[in-house]
Amino acid sequence: MSEVNKKVSEPGGLLKWVDDRFPLIETWNAHVAEYYAPKNFNFWYFFGSFALLTLVIMIVSGIWLAMSYKPSADDAFVSVEYIMRDVQWGWLIRYIHTTGASAFFIVVYLHMMRALLYGSFKQPRELVWLIGMLIFVVLMAEAFMGYMLPWGQMSYWGAQVIISLFSTIPFIGPDLALWIRGDYIISDATLNRFFALHVIALPLVLVLLVFMHIVALHKVGSNNPDGTDIKKHKSPEGLPLDGVPFHPYYTVKDSFGAVMFLIFFAIIVFYFPDGGGHFIEAPNFEPADPLKTPDHIAPVWYFTPFYAILRAVPDPFLGVAAMGLSIAVLFAMPWLDRCKVRSIRYRGNSYKLLLTMLVISFIVLGVLGALPSTPLYTKLAQIFTILYFAFFIVLPFTSVNEKTKPVPERTT
Amino acid sequence: MSEVKTIETVDIKRRQILAGATGVVGAVGAAFVAVPFVGSWQPSDKAKAAGAPVDVDIAGLQPGQMVTVNWRGKPVWVVRRTPDMLSRLTELDSVVRDPMSESSEQPAYAKNATRAIKDEFLVVVGICTHLGCSPLYRPAVNSPDMAANWRGGFFCPCHGSSFDLAGRVFRSVPAPTNLEIPPHNYLTETRIRIGEDASEGGQA
Repeated sequence: MSEVNKKVSEPGGLLKWVDDRFPLIETWNAHVAEYYAPKNFNFWYFFGSFALLTLVIMIVSGIWLAMSYKPSADDAFVSVEYIMRDVQWGWLIRYIHTTGASAFFIVVYLHMMRALLYGSFKQPRELVWLIGMLIFVVLMAEAFMGYMLPWGQMSYWGAQVIISLFSTIPFIGPDLALWIRGDYIISDATLNRFFALHVIALPLVLVLLVFMHIVALHKVGSNNPDGTDIKKHKSPEGLPLDGVPFHPYYTVKDSFGAVMFLIFFAIIVFYFPDGGGHFIEAPNFEPADPLKTPDHIAPVWYFTPFYAILRAVPDPFLGVAAMGLSIAVLFAMPWLDRCKVRSIRYRGNSYKLLLTMLVISFIVLGVLGALPSTPLYTKLAQIFTILYFAFFIVLPFTSVNEKTKPVPERTT
Repeated sequence: MSEVKTIETVDIKRRQILAGATGVVGAVGAAFVAVPFVGSWQPSDKAKAAGAPVDVDIAGLQPGQMVTVNWRGKPVWVVRRTPDMLSRLTELDSVVRDPMSESSEQPAYAKNATRAIKDEFLVVVGICTHLGCSPLYRPAVNSPDMAANWRGGFFCPCHGSSFDLAGRVFRSVPAPTNLEIPPHNYLTETRIRIGEDASEGGQA
């Protein structure tokens, strides 16, 4: 490793020519070769790099899909069939993109779970969390608009439900929905603008936010499963004793993780591309028909927890408000959790119980959101909606005087 | 030009005013530029033209039968109700949320017990007032796929809202109001124009 460092610290030739004009080595060292990350990263720390990998997969496969897709109400469904049947390797590229959408949310949900487990959202990483939450919201918009593009029955009616959410807003609602659709109904105009947002506007925003997420992270440094501050104990050279340079240690770890991830990814792409009806829903194999609603409308699995909250509230506007709040309240996590100890390893039973309750509520709501509504399921959804919000309401009170265990000075 | 600007001689206040004024003028310019970009999302003239009224011929409609026509891309149902269906409406007054359509959307001429100009023909927008799905027509009493005591009406498969044969919403379902009645009028005995109130001389 020292040899590598020596090589890049005294450049010559082309490298020197570039480095005199662009901070190449400085950037490489600051963010990779001399970026010290805690040495005790575990399995949970794979998901950030998986998310970045998925972003790349989605951008590349998306560019290739846009080469054969036609964003018009008349041609969209047919062009997707054309991609599946006639375009060379089109089926593979499309299945990579559809599987990637679900993979994105699996990875992001686990990445967020990691933050909740080890307190990675806490001081001084509040902005890392807030930018991450923005990424999550933009990602949901990106996924929603992408799901509309194949112009199947579920694309159409799912969009109908989501855009109608805006029309429940008092006073401005109907005009706002009309403005979003660009027509009195979801139509060619809506599809075409969603295509523009899906392939240009939101990906640009996403890439920018991901960049800021990493810049903010590298400013404050990574958290770790012990929730300790590795900058407190430094060697005489000023390097964190509990840290290792990101490269080669974590580049190798993440490369190994990427291979494992891609194996699972390929198994889904080749053998279960519709994810058992959860990654691609059956009604979406029928072209959109504005005059015929499918018997059962369910969003794709990654939206179902929030959808269940929406359905649990009888009043439409309050339902939309509750759904919005269920996402918005996550932004406030750094301030709702007032416990100084970061990692769940050293936190009291109250947080462990509350977090378990949150995870169970989220999963149950996810299952309920995919099922047709019956009086029993609605009642259950209401109970688990209350439990979901209870986490955020109770946490500020229990976390103040939480009985914590002593946090070790050094990582374990 | 002989005076050299130093930190002591620079008029900070003057600079702040100039910078502030530049910012304000820039913001006004940006707001003007935003107008065409925001306005561009409004329905195009073509879409507005497609929102014109449609005529439907009801001469061939049998009692109990429903026909769906496309108005502004929305399904509009015309149901020819039998006397039996109409008589059942009054028994439901106690179980529907808004029996007199006080808080529902309809033209004044359809704000009555049967929510229609002529009792026999119900003209209604087939879009659930909850979240915009299109409900299913289940006219039969005790329709086999419906709950017990079903008296005939419409059922929304999305979130389980149900409506009677006047488009009135039942209690304790997600939809807040009755189905919307579009503006419409009778051009002749057997022709209905949807999307337009009765004009002078027309029959209402």
